[in-house]
Amino acid sequence: MWDSLKLIALGAIAVFAAIAANYARDLAYMVNALTVMLAAGLTFMWVLRRMEGVRLAPNRNEYLDGVVRAGVIATAGWGVVGFLVGVIIAAQLAWPVLNFSDVAQGYLNFGKLRPLHTSAVIFAFGGNALIATSFYVVQRSCATRLWGGNLAWFVFWGYNLFIVLAASGYILGATHSKEYAEPEWYVDWWLTIVWVAYLAVYLGTVMRRREPHIYVANWFYLSFIVTIAMLHVVNNLAVPVSIFGSKSVVLFAGVQDAMTQWWYGHNAVGFFLTAGFLGMMYYFIPKQAERPVYSYKLSIIHFWALIFMYIWAGPHHLHYTALPEWAATLGMVFSIMLWMPSWGGMINGLMTLSGAWDKLRTDPILRMMVVAVGFYGMATFEGPMMSIKAVNSLSHYTDWTIGHVHSGALGWNGMITFGALYYLTPRLWGRERLYSLSAVSWHFWLATIGLVLYASSMWVSGIMEGLMWREVDSQGFLVNAFADTVIAKYPMLVVRTLGGVFFLAGALVMCWNLWATVARQPRIAETRVAVPAE
Amino acid sequence: MDRYSFLRQLADSWVLLVLVLVFLGVVLFVFRPGSRRVHRDAAESIFRNETKPAAGDDADPGEKEVK
Repeated sequence: MWDSLKLIALGAIAVFAAIAANYARDLAYMVNALTVMLAAGLTFMWVLRRMEGVRLAPNRNEYLDGVVRAGVIATAGWGVVGFLVGVIIAAQLAWPVLNFSDVAQGYLNFGKLRPLHTSAVIFAFGGNALIATSFYVVQRSCATRLWGGNLAWFVFWGYNLFIVLAASGYILGATHSKEYAEPEWYVDWWLTIVWVAYLAVYLGTVMRRREPHIYVANWFYLSFIVTIAMLHVVNNLAVPVSIFGSKSVVLFAGVQDAMTQWWYGHNAVGFFLTAGFLGMMYYFIPKQAERPVYSYKLSIIHFWALIFMYIWAGPHHLHYTALPEWAATLGMVFSIMLWMPSWGGMINGLMTLSGAWDKLRTDPILRMMVVAVGFYGMATFEGPMMSIKAVNSLSHYTDWTIGHVHSGALGWNGMITFGALYYLTPRLWGRERLYSLSAVSWHFWLATIGLVLYASSMWVSGIMEGLMWREVDSQGFLVNAFADTVIAKYPMLVVRTLGGVFFLAGALVMCWNLWATVARQPRIAETRVAVPAE
Repeated sequence: MDRYSFLRQLADSWVLLVLVLVFLGVVLFVFRPGSRRVHRDAAESIFRNETKPAAGDDADPGEKEVK
């Protein structure tokens, strides 16, 4: 009965998508509609074929780990794609001929590929990592199977469909033109549905927990899910021009639009890239170090201080604009105050190793996680500093911002995710250990050297740009044209590209190592734990 | 008073005060007497139930009903 209803719904979606593709007003919409048609058709086939066999009810004495395994694979795969596109656009900035504008007719220009890169690394790599690890952590810390049966699988596939729709849309020209919120209206609606399902799975699991306390990592994950829902819905309020076209008109205009966008944008950093990944930190670092977190009290204060402050920091993206002075000052003050909880959390993560520092010598996975926390500390020191108006007048619009973002994204988000993937893979596939610890060391050093090359070249380039733009002669005229700065920063752009190549190479080593862990080693433990007869 | 000015004034007086008090209340609550044992237990909870869910009253294997 239930399956029949599913088939009817999926069939209707596929037919409507086919009609929509026929009446499509633009290419991006047509390709997206065909993608939806294909996805609905495949799901239809899967449901249909599943109907004939005998199905067992899910065993509540087992964790649902299949979806976490899929998430680990998706994270590693999207990571490589995202880093590769990053290296390509870094090379395009150094050597503009690589845009291949004549051959590709502008479809592979920097402007098209840049949102592809940011969305691939933040939402595809980071988002899949967050969904996979949150499903793993919430089950272990609540000692219960994921709530909602196969709803978790819907979240996984639905989220990845969202990524495919968004990415193909960018290249073909569907964009809201809002940074980090580029997907158009129907993709936004789809993500909203997926996200509500994600929240239901997560909350349902927490509510059915068999531990009295909700472990702090779950608080961070939950705040990430709830806040992203709110930010996503408000910032993407838009009226579609036609139900058969990708174009929509955003509800806000002018400075209100800018403020809403950066309220969204900064909290995407605060709750997607910080709170969610702190959930990872509070689970995987204690587990890998085999000691409980340094101070549980500090972790609770860390959480609430972050929640109370982060939401106000957005206006620091709009210094010296049409935004009212008081709003900009508010954003700056809260950004500076944020330094405290951020460093409290960093200290908590690092001090978890107190008494076990020797493990850093022998355990490259732990080393990776500790470097991640170190970069979290550095990025959350640099960020508040750059939000100060006087500093921002030098740093804004320069490569310094790019360097800052990447020391946070590659150093903090990247490294903690790599650590989590190394932790998860042997456990999820029932292997005794990773295939090669020396490959982990190689990855560690490739990534770290890449990061240092990236961040330092962007500091030099950014401060040089800022100083060149504001340089005036004795008569009060500007000394440099914009093109002068572009020529002057060529060496730094090349070094940055090289840093990206190092980071990408490290990720490829990781993928090989994870593959070999599963494929080249015998299974020592059943991943599905046998249930004793009772 | 127009809506903007009213909301603006409300936000940076009473609402600000309430939020600060709530935050301070949370911090004080963390240090309540008896919290140390609860927090230690919570911090160590991740080292339990690594491979399978804790046994509960509704953990009957092969059970069919869905709550």
